[in-house]
Amino acid sequence: MSTHFKTYHPYVSPFDPCPPILEKAYSTPPNLYMGFQPPNLPQFSPIEALKAGTLWKAFYDPWYGPLEPGKGGLPQ
Amino acid sequence: MWIYEKKLQYPVRVSTCNPKLAKYLIEQYGGADGELSAALRYLNQRYSIPDKVIGLLTDIGTEEFAHLEMIATMVYKLTKDATPEQIKAAGIEDHYVDHDKGLFYHNAAGVPWTASFIQAKGDPIADLYEDIAAEEKARATYQWIINLSDDPDLNDGLRFLREREIVHSQRFREAVEILKDEQGKKKIF
Amino acid sequence: MKQVPAEYYQLMEQLQAVDFVLVELTLYLDTHNDDLEAINQFNHYAKERKHLKKAFESQFGPLQQFGNSYSGYPWNWDDSPWPWQL
Ligand SMILES: [Fe+2]
Repeated sequence: MSTHFKTYHPYVSPFDPCPPILEKAYSTPPNLYMGFQPPNLPQFSPIEALKAGTLWKAFYDPWYGPLEPGKGGLPQ
Repeated sequence: MWIYEKKLQYPVRVSTCNPKLAKYLIEQYGGADGELSAALRYLNQRYSIPDKVIGLLTDIGTEEFAHLEMIATMVYKLTKDATPEQIKAAGIEDHYVDHDKGLFYHNAAGVPWTASFIQAKGDPIADLYEDIAAEEKARATYQWIINLSDDPDLNDGLRFLREREIVHSQRFREAVEILKDEQGKKKIF
Repeated sequence: MKQVPAEYYQLMEQLQAVDFVLVELTLYLDTHNDDLEAINQFNHYAKERKHLKKAFESQFGPLQQFGNSYSGYPWNWDDSPWPWQL
């Protein structure tokens, strides 16, 4: 199973004016790893699929913002 | 031809009267990586691409118009009952003096939509790579809008739209695989 | 001011769910022309959407026009609410 984001650590200068963000993250969604989709992948039910935005569980990768408390999402 | 259906693709809800969010959302209405650009880009590329992938471009292009209507719905709901004071506080008075509550195809910075937002190179691989990039850029734009929004219902609809970009990118990647495949060879992954 | 009943939203969401499966299967089949199981699933949901469309339209009026839906009397295609007003 691939991870849905990756992190890196930007260089921190003693002359940076803002408090440094030590770790930055970027999205690496499942479509990057799927290749040509194989048949018979597990599916959501129709109503779940609508809510998820995809019929196939393997593509589900929801994004939550920092202003939606308790939902997680990418570390900012 | 196209047939309109009196139905949104997804049940859009907005929970707070916050016209400021409309300013961000308009990026996906009339911006370079927005839904109008997406629909017009894909439908226009159909005329110079192998028959095997015309259906895919037609269907994704058509779905993009459904997404355009979802964004329009969000903007409509956020602005329809806003007072001039609220418009001012939201920083969308520049839009208001020109259009009142009318929607207009421009991006979040007010730059009007232009055909130079999209590409048609006529080369099938170049065009499909353009489409894959467009989907990833639209996905990223939804991330940045969600990051700025504290409206859980609005974000619910935006999450749906972001997930669609992931699936569209997947299908365009498969279209590239189909076109680069040696004639007659079966691909099993 | 007349608003639509709760049932409108329920039926609409059922239709949206089934139609979404059909959108997903359409895009999938555009790149997987010979997946018989997916085609069978597609035809199954195409039939279900026909029933749902009929149920919705008999209560709330036409979803499409240009002849893709029957009309009531008087002409009710242009009745409110439109999707963005709901
Ligand atoms: Fe898209």
